Amino acid sequence: MANVLLEMKNITKTFPGVKALDNVNFQVEEGEIHALVGENGAGKSTLMNVLSGIYPYGTYEGDIVYNGEVCHFNVIKDSESKGIVIIHQELALIPYMSIAENMFLGNERGSKYKIDWNETNELAAKYLKMVGLKENPQTLIKDIGVGKQQLVEIAKALAKNAKLLILDEPTASLNEEDTKALLDLLLKFKSEGMTSILISHKLNEVSYVADKVTVLRDGSTIETLDKNKDDLSESRIIKGMVGREIEDRFPKRESNIGDIKMEVKNWTVYHPLYTEKKVVDDVSINVRRGEIVGISGLMGAGRTELAMSLFGKSYGTNISGELILDGKPVHLHNAQQAIKHKLAYVTEDRKGNGLILSNPIKINTTIANLEGVSNRGVIDKDREYGVAVEYKEKLNTKCPTVEQNVGNLSGGNQQKVLLAKWMFADPDVLILDEPTRGIDVGAKYEIYCIMNQLVAEGKSVIMISSEMPEILGMCDRIYVMNEGKIVAELDGKEATQEKIMSHIVRTA
Amino acid sequence: MEKTQARRGDTITFVKKYAMIIVLILVVIFFTTMTQGSILAPMNISSLISQNAYVFVLATGMLLCILTGGNIDLSVGSVVCFVGAVGAVLMMNHHWNMYAAIAVMFAIGIAIGAFQAFWIAYVRIPPFITTLAGMLAFRGLSNVVLDGLTVSIKEQETFVKLFGGGANCYVPAIFYIGGANGLCLLVTLVAAALFLFSQIRQRLIRSSKGYETEKPFAFWFKSLAITAVLTAFGVALSFHKGIPTVLIWVVAVVLVYHYITSNTTIGRAFYAVGGNEKATKLSGINTNKVYFLAYTNMGFLAALAGMITIARLTSAQPTYGQNYEMDAIGSCFIGGASAYGGIGTVPGIIIGAVLMGVINLGMSLMGVDQNMQKVVKGGVLLAAVIFDVVSKRGGKLLAKD
Repeated sequence: MANVLLEMKNITKTFPGVKALDNVNFQVEEGEIHALVGENGAGKSTLMNVLSGIYPYGTYEGDIVYNGEVCHFNVIKDSESKGIVIIHQELALIPYMSIAENMFLGNERGSKYKIDWNETNELAAKYLKMVGLKENPQTLIKDIGVGKQQLVEIAKALAKNAKLLILDEPTASLNEEDTKALLDLLLKFKSEGMTSILISHKLNEVSYVADKVTVLRDGSTIETLDKNKDDLSESRIIKGMVGREIEDRFPKRESNIGDIKMEVKNWTVYHPLYTEKKVVDDVSINVRRGEIVGISGLMGAGRTELAMSLFGKSYGTNISGELILDGKPVHLHNAQQAIKHKLAYVTEDRKGNGLILSNPIKINTTIANLEGVSNRGVIDKDREYGVAVEYKEKLNTKCPTVEQNVGNLSGGNQQKVLLAKWMFADPDVLILDEPTRGIDVGAKYEIYCIMNQLVAEGKSVIMISSEMPEILGMCDRIYVMNEGKIVAELDGKEATQEKIMSHIVRTA
Repeated sequence: MEKTQARRGDTITFVKKYAMIIVLILVVIFFTTMTQGSILAPMNISSLISQNAYVFVLATGMLLCILTGGNIDLSVGSVVCFVGAVGAVLMMNHHWNMYAAIAVMFAIGIAIGAFQAFWIAYVRIPPFITTLAGMLAFRGLSNVVLDGLTVSIKEQETFVKLFGGGANCYVPAIFYIGGANGLCLLVTLVAAALFLFSQIRQRLIRSSKGYETEKPFAFWFKSLAITAVLTAFGVALSFHKGIPTVLIWVVAVVLVYHYITSNTTIGRAFYAVGGNEKATKLSGINTNKVYFLAYTNMGFLAALAGMITIARLTSAQPTYGQNYEMDAIGSCFIGGASAYGGIGTVPGIIIGAVLMGVINLGMSLMGVDQNMQKVVKGGVLLAAVIFDVVSKRGGKLLAKD
């Protein structure tokens, strides 16, 4: 039996209000490729952040044993000096620096006062060769493709003397060819004795390279499958990932579905910066009055991009396709026009795109419908206050007064203020993007109740969510989206997590 | 234990909210002692206004720019000079009618503002760079227009009286009460009464609708204190020639912009953009237009400040307006505007401007060297912004690593 290189014992990590990791045990043997899988929010990234020292020793419970010794990592440098190197999903390269400069950033060759550029470039060339790149080390990062950038990241890790390589969704932005090259590179490293941890949603890749698979679910380790003993097929892994019972966490609702309210035909959107990249690909969906339609899929499937591009082209370039409201085609060029046509987009990123944290609840409540509280451009502050109080009570937002700054509220209450803002704009179609992300169970239930109330009033709701139980529990109809395409349309009653997951991984 | 903590929290909020007023009071007390009370002499209070009128006007415009995200306009000093230069040359060398010249000056200010605003708002050239270019260009153009010379406008008496803060630019007294300017006293009393009345009315409306109101003590203390200061200020003026004409312009600008920023939807948009531009855009507000308005308006107010400047100095020179942008920016930050945007009020920056003015005047009266005055002003500005940033971080001095 091979040596155990890394053992994480009974790791528990709590964030305010949430237990992100609950007694997780995770063991990696020397020279293997160990895959870590689980749904969004299962705790994979948190576990790796604990390992690499991003969450320093003392902020979690449990032990990390690496190479036979108990480790206390306080910063990333500590874990890197032991040879544990993590490559994050978002590439951390600086576009206007050369490959060599990026590779040795923070790890410069030469002395403190004089960088040895010859050594830098020479070493860079050597590591580039190891990952199969023939680029000149002095090429700027911006001039090479994403696939090659990912390989540069790996070369950078090798330059740090990596013994344990952690790759977080390394193939998320790669095409098939680059993906294959990267996976083969991992296999080659393995034959040379390197140990890797691979985090991936793409189970076919996992089946292809992994020796072992550990499944995380809701912050706990569910099982570890071994290639030599167990079946590592996709369906077997899926079962581990989603195998939870749906409890009675969703309020009951009588569906009362009317005619088609909004229809989208052949909607295609390109990335705003990489203009040749299709983010939303020929999507056709519709939603009826009084209906909750779910869009399920993994992060990066293009759901948010679809929603924002529908909402007055707030995302993307070169948008084509038809948007039909009440049977009439409309052209919305900005958020203002979208709101006029009674559309609302409740963002997934409430702090970045949704709320003005430094402003009070009342100002955030009325910002999308200032006409509703003003006469000829002059705000009636008493009316505004009254509106804010009305919605605070309607949504049961917990706050001392509506003069309170939104930044001081809990996530659940912030979400309610965000909902209040869009409800006050009086839309007919609400697109809710991850409406329950990062909030506790009680607040989730309240948000589900609000959704039911909205459709009972005859409004249409599109819910984007990565949490499958919530999609299954709330939606009349479910679209499954992957890599910019709608890959399935399921009836809410017949859908199961396995069905949805299998549609996603089949196309991944 | 909990109670004392709560009280401590209240104290911190109170100090944070009224910090600059407290500092202003302390500074006034300090200079009163150091100058044996002469800083409070009617003549000095009157000259405080005349000297700083341009700061009040420019700071108000600068506030709108800063609100959009800590963006500043470096070109205002040069624009002030350029507009003044064009006006002086039109009136003196080309013998234009005064009102036509005023119209042209406003038009030039707005056009310059709109030109810079276009690049900032729609092409998204960083404001710092755009207005740095404007600062250089309009300083140069001022020199060209004036041919490097001073153009005196002493003969344009109506113009000087209309915008001026100089020797004889006061609203005529009409009647006297004792030794005091009767009109000025009357205006003061009416203004103070109107202020107090509107405060009380607002409070009654709010409480009748069951909305939250300030605690009675805080309300009466605040309202009566402001009324008292207003009255004392007006009475002081009435003992020195009365109301400087330039004060009318300043009061008009302050009232109008205070109303816009606090009561209108467009005013709300400035705060929203600075607070979170992406969220504002998704809320259906045209954020480009907000930037455009901020910088166009800055050009408009710079034109007004240009008129005030040449009227006070009764001439136009290529060096006028130097560092005016810094006075305006400094007043905003001292007056509580956030360097990141989204926070700041017109009354706040007026207090900032008054504080700077008082420090200037006090030091001049004490005979402090001009250069040391700059050192002190720099120190005050840094201290004010440190205070702002640190208090927002909850009192921790150093940022987290």
